[in-house]
Amino acid sequence: MPVVQEMENALVRMLDDLERALQKPPSERRWGMVIDLSKCVACDACTVSCKAENKTPPGVNYTVVLKEEVGTYPNVREVFLPRPCMHCENPPCVDVCPVGATYQTEEGVVVIDYDVCIGCRYCITACPYGARTFDFGEWYTEGTPALASYETAPTFEYGEERVRTDGVSPEGNVRKCHFCLHRLHEGLLPACINDCIGRARYFGDLNDPDSLVSEMLRERYSFRLKEELGTRPKVFYLS
Amino acid sequence: MKTNKGLTLAYWVIVALMLVLGAIGLYWRLTFGHRLANYGQLIVWGLWVAMYIYFIGLSAGAFLISALVYAFGVERFRPIARLALFTALVSLLVALLHIWFDLGHMARFYEVYTRPNFLSMMAWMVWLYTGYFILLLVEFWFETRQDFVRWSKEPGLTGAISRLLTLGSKDLSASSRARDEKVVKVLGTIGVPLAVMFHGGVGALFGVVSARPAWHSGLFPLIFLVSALVSGGGLLTAIYALLAPNRGTAEYQSLVRDLGKLVLGLVLLDALFTFAEYSIALYGSIPGDVAPLLAAMTGPFWYVFWIGQVGLGVVVPVVLLGWNRTNRNPFWVGVAGLSVVFAFVGVRLNIVVPPLSVPELRGLVQAVPSARMTTLYVPGAMEWFLSIGIIGLGMGLYALGYNLLPVKPQAAKEA
Repeated sequence: MPVVQEMENALVRMLDDLERALQKPPSERRWGMVIDLSKCVACDACTVSCKAENKTPPGVNYTVVLKEEVGTYPNVREVFLPRPCMHCENPPCVDVCPVGATYQTEEGVVVIDYDVCIGCRYCITACPYGARTFDFGEWYTEGTPALASYETAPTFEYGEERVRTDGVSPEGNVRKCHFCLHRLHEGLLPACINDCIGRARYFGDLNDPDSLVSEMLRERYSFRLKEELGTRPKVFYLS
Repeated sequence: MKTNKGLTLAYWVIVALMLVLGAIGLYWRLTFGHRLANYGQLIVWGLWVAMYIYFIGLSAGAFLISALVYAFGVERFRPIARLALFTALVSLLVALLHIWFDLGHMARFYEVYTRPNFLSMMAWMVWLYTGYFILLLVEFWFETRQDFVRWSKEPGLTGAISRLLTLGSKDLSASSRARDEKVVKVLGTIGVPLAVMFHGGVGALFGVVSARPAWHSGLFPLIFLVSALVSGGGLLTAIYALLAPNRGTAEYQSLVRDLGKLVLGLVLLDALFTFAEYSIALYGSIPGDVAPLLAAMTGPFWYVFWIGQVGLGVVVPVVLLGWNRTNRNPFWVGVAGLSVVFAFVGVRLNIVVPPLSVPELRGLVQAVPSARMTTLYVPGAMEWFLSIGIIGLGMGLYALGYNLLPVKPQAAKEA
């Protein structure tokens, strides 16, 4: 099968999986991500699509691509590791929140209630993956004649329409990847999944044995980051 | 009290300057939020968190020393017991102001009361502080009530404040004093487990974070308790040795000597704990355990560890308090106490910053193109100014209380 067609099929398949999952009660879904490292070229399309989708300010990153050079010249290769939030089954960030502002939804997604978070940043210290960042209230286009529209346009995180304003949440809050819950509930895949140029990222319901992600995890060898900490991430890597 | 007038004036000038800087810092903080802060996405906690655990430590330490007298009846330290209680109150205030300004949403602090998550050590801490704060106020009032009643007759500010603080009480009878002492003993006794819980809890707040190997140690709550006693003991020793009104008396000499011994013992115990923590981790040579320690010992701020923590925190006090040419001289005992008090700022900074400076995943710093994603943290002017202002406020309140409230070190017979 031609590569392009295979990729398209994966996309269609994931959308079908999503639709099926949305017909179940939320507590029966378990969203998860599979990232095929052999396909990642570190183009950062996921990083950028996440920024565009969630309009995150400078320093706030929900997903990034770690790049490392291994070996010495001329025997060198680069390894890439896209890192969204792991949406751990046992998330250490949730336990430490003094006000319960960050919690796991029925669907297993670790979220933050922007209107409750006091901005103490304890959860950032507790995350073993550096997946949480603090909104310091900075702007990309601050100091230019006007803030660019991509910074002032409303966002739809958690299904709430918000226009970022100085001193108002989510400024002063901790922010993180939420698997684009607001898109999922509209039957859309997370932005990073949609925009991955090499189809290295896959998404779906881990509780559904027929979903693409379940199938991939069944058929290929996968690993998770820092397994020894017992966090049980729902982001799986294929090598 | 016969203190040097020039010194008193200098003290108030310094406090005033600190408050001016603090006002600038406060203006920046309230106008620009966290934008002028230099803590970032990797080192998310900075100077203010370090100052918070520093002053909380002073408070817990001072309180536990007061409890030696009020709860355990160690009359030896009676002359400084009230001062210790008062020190605990002011330090707590300074600590809580620091952590309040560190919040992203200061106005939401009440949520820790209205919707606490008791799985979080931080929620526990806030609740325990609240109990501790109330206990301190009540204990202090019962301990000083009769003095307020007596001082009510004084002219001027002292009398006015005392009249206010009697809360209407006029009873000077021996039986009422006996009741007061009973209440103080009960509260002092309840305070001991409370102080152990909240300050051990601050240690646990760090200790439970398994994502940060340098914090994730069972020793952490214990080190916090010992170091609280060291810093609190050092501060009280310095104040008593350098400022006590009965300087020159035999009683003063011998109490200074005993305080020196107490601090020496605590410094050595703390050094032992810290050595255990460092040596075990270094020997194990697991990169994640070693990196934060090396960051403290050999990083850009190596001198905070070697000169501050080891030099001023251990070597100077051990020499001054151990050597019999200096440990009988109240001046040097006081200097040893001050040395410890300053060193512990470094200890606290090294607890907070180096463990956060190690990225959780390799390549994380390079992956995020942001000046805030950096392994180097130097507090910004806003952070320094606001912190200096809060400390200035504490110093001002402390000096006012020292002069207007019945807290001055007393001779044992009076007490």
